[in-house]
Amino acid sequence: MQQNSQALKISLISVALGIILGIIILVISGYNPMALLDAMLRGLMGVTTSTMTQFNLRNTGEFIVSSLPIILTGLSVAFAFKTGLFNIGAEGQVMVGACASICVAILVPLPGFLHALVAVLAGALAGAIWGFIPGYLKSKFKVHEVVVCIMLNYFGMYLSNYILKGLPGSSISKTVMIPESASLSSDFLSSITNHSRLNWGIIFVAIAIFLYWFILNKTSFGFSLRATGFNSDAAEYAGMKVKRNIIYSMMIAGAMAGLAGAIIALGTFNMGRVLNAFENYGFDGISVAFVGAFNAIGILLAGLLFGLLKVMAPLMQSAGIPKEINDIISAGIVLFVAMQYGIVLLLAKFKRKKKKKPDQSISSMSESRGEQV
Amino acid sequence: MSLFLQMFPAALVMATPIIIAALGGLFSERSGIFNIALEGIMLVGAFATAASTILLGDTFGSLSPWIGLLIGALFGCLYSSIHAFVCIRLNADQTISGVALNMLSTGLTVYLCQLIFLGQRSPNFPFNISKISVPVLSDIPILGEMFFKEVYPTFLIAVALVLLVYFLMYKTRFGLRLRSCGEFPQASASMGINVAKMRYIGVLTSGALGGFAGGIMLLTTNIQFSVGVIHGVGFISLACLIFGKWNPFGCLLTGVFFGFSQILSSYSGSIPGLSSLPSEFFYSIPYVLTIIALILFAKRSVGPKAAGQIYDTGKR
Repeated sequence: MQQNSQALKISLISVALGIILGIIILVISGYNPMALLDAMLRGLMGVTTSTMTQFNLRNTGEFIVSSLPIILTGLSVAFAFKTGLFNIGAEGQVMVGACASICVAILVPLPGFLHALVAVLAGALAGAIWGFIPGYLKSKFKVHEVVVCIMLNYFGMYLSNYILKGLPGSSISKTVMIPESASLSSDFLSSITNHSRLNWGIIFVAIAIFLYWFILNKTSFGFSLRATGFNSDAAEYAGMKVKRNIIYSMMIAGAMAGLAGAIIALGTFNMGRVLNAFENYGFDGISVAFVGAFNAIGILLAGLLFGLLKVMAPLMQSAGIPKEINDIISAGIVLFVAMQYGIVLLLAKFKRKKKKKPDQSISSMSESRGEQV
Repeated sequence: MSLFLQMFPAALVMATPIIIAALGGLFSERSGIFNIALEGIMLVGAFATAASTILLGDTFGSLSPWIGLLIGALFGCLYSSIHAFVCIRLNADQTISGVALNMLSTGLTVYLCQLIFLGQRSPNFPFNISKISVPVLSDIPILGEMFFKEVYPTFLIAVALVLLVYFLMYKTRFGLRLRSCGEFPQASASMGINVAKMRYIGVLTSGALGGFAGGIMLLTTNIQFSVGVIHGVGFISLACLIFGKWNPFGCLLTGVFFGFSQILSSYSGSIPGLSSLPSEFFYSIPYVLTIIALILFAKRSVGPKAAGQIYDTGKR
């Protein structure tokens, strides 16, 4: 419990510091930092402090849409991290997931609801395969998964581009629109949010969050995964199948990222897109996982935060402020989370000054770090 | 054969930044710090180079790209100091710090670009690095044409850097100490080596080389700065470092090879047997080969053993 509150404290401080960093940069470069608040409110629900724009649920819908994939990639990164693996490959898993779901959507004719479901599962499966490769190489050859994942990100992008361009009717930059039966778009969800692109993907996200919590905390499989993450030697000694765990963990992580790709392709865009560069869903997932402190609810909240930062970007630009300020803020938040040891030291110093008592927070910190590293 | 000779200079243009950035990665990883921030460092270096080349163009004329490159190296070094501080002093996870710096680099450079140049892209460079032919050497048949005729002097700098890094790493006391910190820092510390200092040197040098490489990449393959100028070359140079077995000469050869794979797609149309292959195939080569190399190297330990691990003085 104490570890949780410590993690929460670090996340909140990091978010605050990231936003303060953004405000300082805005002030230094001569912009009004209130624009940040305006964009935030507008991204959330369409209102601003200054002008009389109307409350608009469409903004809320779009904000949730932009959060969905990064919640999933956040879960993906966090799931692997709980097993002691760094899944930096969510980026590639998202792309192959999107590619596979589009292939099923366009090439396999199936009736209504089933079509969408199979397409989504195909995306998750492709992601799982993309996660299997680094997992297998790690357990079999002890190859560092980070490097393999980075390489697979690019390979995944080029491979999906090649496949998507080869689908019937594709142009050089996108495929044809997918048939309605495979689409996750929902008239109902769209209409209650004033014609946003909110879609049924939200259900898959909810399931994924539940599964993340359930597998890791309520099953013996999840326990052995976490034990592998804590200390793989001890887990091995206790008779747990560490090598198998590494592979399964990467596959589940990959499946979650692949699901994100499927939702982006089938729900948000309704077509496959040939990408020239990463869209950073996977890298945002790393931010989300760390800021969410690897906790299911934390990841949900962090995902919403980073989703909000994403939708704020064009709003900032339209207010005349370079939209990259949002990238700076999100990167700043991640950097501050990475610096948590420093934050803890500062907190401890602060506490010592106030209480003049020997502190415990450093020792409790090393415990919570031990869990994460 | 003539096509091969024609491709060679173009491949060398691509190879130069890959090699130099890989040398940067070598410094960092040999000292024990995993540096996936190279991509971001290169972007920062590229932006600093672009800005100074354009802003100093009036004062320094055709010398400005070279001054720009030095400033790029300086800013790369400054930027990497964040990575160094976070990883060495604050014991942060080196991967997450690198990811954060990569993310920060795109935001920061384009933000500054909009402030300074009022747009997502910079204006075109007033001056560029011009190609040279080395006298005498360029007259050597074939080899001269491949390496010394109409090449950017930056490639020759890259080769010189490879020799210099090799000498530093394997022939000096400093190199031995730096490498020891990447293998078994606890043992180095017990011999009186300041591990933190060595690692700071490693990461900062890595940053300087990365920034320099970014500047070269920008000046030799582009006419202006935009966010896509580096497009993954930082990661290719990480691949190059691994494929080159963390050895300067390995990096040189691999860099040239990867440079080839980068440009092969634009020439494949005129090469029989390759013309039917998609361009994606050629772009994928470095990444797929690196994975294969990792598997092949796995049984032998080629890389620095302690790279990527947090330095814990109490660990044995």
